[in-house]
Amino acid sequence: MNIIVCIKQVPDSTQVKVDPKTGTLIRAGVPSILNPYDHYALEKALAIKAKTGAKVTVLSMGPNQAVAVLRLALALGADEGVLLSDRAFAGSDTWATSYALATAVKKIGQFDLILCGQMAIDGDTAQTGPGIAYHLGIPQITFCDSVDSDGQRAVVKKLIEGGHQIMEADLPVLITMTMPVDYEAKYPSFMAAHKAQDKKISTWTAADIGADLHKLGLEGSPTRVSRIFPPAARAKGEMISGSAEEMAAKFIEILKKESFVK
Amino acid sequence: MIQVASNCVGCGKCVSTCPFGALSLVNRKAVANASCTMCGACVSVCPVKALSLPTAATAKKDLSAYKGVWAFIEITDDGKTQKVRPVGFELLTKGRELADQLGEELAAVVIGDGVEKYFAELSSYGADKIYAVSSPAYHDYNTAAYANAMISLIKKYNPSIVLYPSTYIGRDLSPRISSELFVGLTADCTGLSIADGLLIQTRPAFGGNIMADIKCPDYRPQMSTVRPNVFKKVVSRPGSMAQVISESIALPAQAGKVRIISKHFDEVSNQEKLDEAEVVLAGGRGMKDAAGFALLDDLAKELGGAVGASRAAIDLGLKPKEKQIGQSGVTVASKLYIACGISGAVQHVVGMEHSDVIIGVNKDANAPIFNVCKYGFVGDARQLLPKVIDAVKKAKQK
Repeated sequence: MNIIVCIKQVPDSTQVKVDPKTGTLIRAGVPSILNPYDHYALEKALAIKAKTGAKVTVLSMGPNQAVAVLRLALALGADEGVLLSDRAFAGSDTWATSYALATAVKKIGQFDLILCGQMAIDGDTAQTGPGIAYHLGIPQITFCDSVDSDGQRAVVKKLIEGGHQIMEADLPVLITMTMPVDYEAKYPSFMAAHKAQDKKISTWTAADIGADLHKLGLEGSPTRVSRIFPPAARAKGEMISGSAEEMAAKFIEILKKESFVK
Repeated sequence: MIQVASNCVGCGKCVSTCPFGALSLVNRKAVANASCTMCGACVSVCPVKALSLPTAATAKKDLSAYKGVWAFIEITDDGKTQKVRPVGFELLTKGRELADQLGEELAAVVIGDGVEKYFAELSSYGADKIYAVSSPAYHDYNTAAYANAMISLIKKYNPSIVLYPSTYIGRDLSPRISSELFVGLTADCTGLSIADGLLIQTRPAFGGNIMADIKCPDYRPQMSTVRPNVFKKVVSRPGSMAQVISESIALPAQAGKVRIISKHFDEVSNQEKLDEAEVVLAGGRGMKDAAGFALLDDLAKELGGAVGASRAAIDLGLKPKEKQIGQSGVTVASKLYIACGISGAVQHVVGMEHSDVIIGVNKDANAPIFNVCKYGFVGDARQLLPKVIDAVKKAKQK
């Protein structure tokens, strides 16, 4: 059985700060992490590997430094890594990104199960997983918090409005993973990281995967950012300060006035 | 990367705008480095129009054949009955506005089993037409089946705009359609408008305190997803009936590859459902710990409300992810919203600003949350809330 996990390097959202003057993000010095949803998807792939002996390949697209998340994945137990890195990919929106990743999956060749995080925390679109599934012509199940496979079928727990459903799919299938509430990402030991240094990471360009250049980067991206601007400022409401007692008295007065307390 | 023309005056506006820190001034000219993602954010701020994206050699399609605004109507299932999810009415209300500006028709697209019963209500929210695909085969949502039906309809009738709810179903379905049609799809829009005949899709961008307008000039249809509660729903045509176009579309082979084994619904009272609660209390980093959130739970019990949290509090593990209010969580439009210890980053504000009465409690008098509050309390919520809880209890005893 062959599993491919698509992963992304993202800025650590808990450490991003906003420039108070310009309102833009200060990215300098913000550490990069493996997107947490992808981290969880990888752990689920490794759990299936432990049971079935599946081969786990991790695939990422990004600048050269994104190799760090592939190294992390290999240290956690993935068998091989592939990095798509080429200026031709720059400017790609989710359409072009999913096309590029799907084209790389085709070059990897063997796959039964593809796992992705439901979305990247720096984009929040949740579009790339379904896009990859489309380009590969395979079914998808999105927003799953568990996945298991015996090599013939995959069984998942998928979140739906107001609950969840248990679903099964014939392989090959692409599954996108959400995280359970209490999930804490695992990190490899120093020894595991050291041992994984010999594992293979291939770096492929657009030409290596035989991608159609018209479907990459800006040309392959239907969406355009036409303007960015700070959110509209509004008039402030009534401001209240004072001791906790004074403010509590005012608070209850407002709740009564607005008819939330009779 | 981004192209800088020789008329650059070196004013530096683009440098501070770039969300990726990819621009700098070298010899008084803007220069982009390898971090440039060609997002285009800098292009619009340049006062001398010196910045441009490399022009893509897109073969210009004739887009004039694409007309009409569509809203995909989601049917919800609580295990017992099926009905239209209210976000569908919100999409129709906004769609009506866009269609009027364009001078085009508004259509509801509804796929399901026995969908005729929804026609009258869909019409009342302003639909001129209803495209219906109705069969027992469509009783449960199935990605391949629904995507195939939508793609068939879009290819046959050529709408210029298609709106989807940003829900488990809408987010599963819409990227599958945009991928096949090679069109743009903008996720979680907080504003939609028309300028020069194009759909302007507004959303918070780059995870920060900044908004972006996104458009898809060369591709049709233009497609967006919108979270529930972002737009209001308004009955604009009571008693009217839209023209119904029924289509019979066979299931594709791929539909059978994925099967539902069993469905499970949570026993959640409406009061606990954030997106439907009339009173919502939310805590941020300023609530500090579980004890802080316990205060919110206590006050929520007294006021009959639900408790949510900002992303910062979720990241600290103070509430589960599904209780996150904001751009990447739930959007609420409650009658009363009490924000405690929340600074008010734009990601949070877009998820609650449509609430009627907003009360904010924050130690920092300059916290941006106060810009959307009707009432702003400057103080520590952890000290204020116990006294408010007592006061509410006393008031209720009387």
